[in-house]
Amino acid sequence: MDIELQQVGYAYSKGTPFEKQALTDVNLHIPSGSYQAIIGHTGSGKSTLLQHLNALLKPTEGTVKLGGLEIRANKKAKNLKPVRQKIGIVFQFPEHQLFDETVLKDIMFGPLNFGVPADEAERRARALVEQLGLPEEVLEKSPFDLSGGQMRRVAIAGVLAMEPSVLVLDEPTAGLDPRGRQEIMELFHRLYVEKGLTIILVTHSMEDAARYANRVAIMHEGRCVLSGDPEEIFGDEQHLSEFQLSAPRVVRLQRRFELLLGYSLDKLCLTEEQLAVEMGNIVRKERDF
Amino acid sequence: MNEIVSLQDVTYSYSPEDSDMRKAVDGISFNINDGEWIAIVGHNGSGKSTMAKLMNGLLFPQEGVVRVLGETLNEENLWAIRSQMGMVFQNPDNQFVGATVQDDVAFALENNGIPFEDMVKRVHESLAQVKMERFLNSEPHHLSGGQKQRVAIAGALALKPRILILDEATSMLDPQGREEVLTTVHKLREDTRLTVLSITHDLEEALLADRILVMNQGKMHAEGTPREIFARGQELVELGLDLPFSLKMSSLMLAQGVSLETEHMSEDELVKDIWISNFNK
Repeated sequence: MDIELQQVGYAYSKGTPFEKQALTDVNLHIPSGSYQAIIGHTGSGKSTLLQHLNALLKPTEGTVKLGGLEIRANKKAKNLKPVRQKIGIVFQFPEHQLFDETVLKDIMFGPLNFGVPADEAERRARALVEQLGLPEEVLEKSPFDLSGGQMRRVAIAGVLAMEPSVLVLDEPTAGLDPRGRQEIMELFHRLYVEKGLTIILVTHSMEDAARYANRVAIMHEGRCVLSGDPEEIFGDEQHLSEFQLSAPRVVRLQRRFELLLGYSLDKLCLTEEQLAVEMGNIVRKERDF
Repeated sequence: MNEIVSLQDVTYSYSPEDSDMRKAVDGISFNINDGEWIAIVGHNGSGKSTMAKLMNGLLFPQEGVVRVLGETLNEENLWAIRSQMGMVFQNPDNQFVGATVQDDVAFALENNGIPFEDMVKRVHESLAQVKMERFLNSEPHHLSGGQKQRVAIAGALALKPRILILDEATSMLDPQGREEVLTTVHKLREDTRLTVLSITHDLEEALLADRILVMNQGKMHAEGTPREIFARGQELVELGLDLPFSLKMSSLMLAQGVSLETEHMSEDELVKDIWISNFNK
């Protein structure tokens, strides 16, 4: 499902003395099957933007296209249910939304709500628990007896159970330990590679954006100020610094080496592993020389 | 050095009647000296936050003794001891009660019956310590994450505590906000003799501490200086932790045939070593 924002503006409490412009003239095209990172400081408009992606908020200016559905300012949006099933949002700290008696019931809640038969919903829940690396016993436990990391996974399973084709993630690893963080990011990456899901990741982490995304957009003061592939965005440190952002650490390290070497490496390394390989090659060349 | 907090064989279980249930904190002993910066690291559920709660009397141990400022923590001295301990939590949005920044910082002072003149002075002083004095009349929810956490720190400092506990206080902040908070803590430690205890998943943050305690499954797995702890390398990864960036880079480079004298904690040392060891410079 293609997602497109055209000249989108959004003002909270429009027409009241408390009116506050949160988004201004945002243009962003997210093609089906891409892994889009959205980066920006607190207050840059990321969360407001995110809520437009499954019509929780309706733009006060411009148009949001979600697949075939067009949501325009000043026009009543109809028939939102199918689109909300197709676009799953994992909010920050999604475990706060767990509520049911057992993990199984909690995961089944979403699909049942969308009219999926009970046996099918249960099949999905069981498969997801396994896929997310949770022991089968958790299905019958209360979600509130689980550890923080397990609760997070159950909440994510609840969104995946609706079999969305677009997954919107708002800081999905905040508060998790490093291993939990890595496991969950790898899971999303697998869904992107193996199932062709469109992933939209809202994050503070330049490192995650560099490692996983194939497109990056930068939000600043309610505008989408930069967008492109990660090499373009992270290679242009000067531009980033205009928005008080810095490149991922690995990019900054590469720049330090380039300064010493007196020349640029062939490509911008977006992960630690890539930079190590490149440096290995250079060192060998230097030795043979 | 003077001991400021000490735990001896402390055990705590959230369901003590169920012996199958793993204890949240299991036979922990350690001392914290006055003026130290201690980082406690460990996987989710390793007992870090339970330990913080045991130190300020939100929980009492089922076995063992918690001593703070030389006194064994009990129901009677709880409030006196707690007033010596400031605590800043993870979510900046969950710890505001005041309508303005100065009201918020004054909240605990009012509760403690501090006279008005003294209160005004302390509010100004503690906001100046975190460089938020310009925001005296701002509404807390208009601040950035880093600014909110700095105000929360000011609120703790206003009571002139001896110990500041940061319970994942930077984990919800963007990189700039994290930097602001860590710089603030650094500065505070230079200016005062404040003891800092930070519970964190951020190993770059742990690197700044004088000493690191590593928790695993409710037990103390290791303790030592950052250099000693991170020398354990892969073992930490197996505990669900990670390695700081420069160390990770060092081992990846070594694996790719880049020569290095040693594995490095700091980026500066790493860059210098690669240059000298590989390019004969």
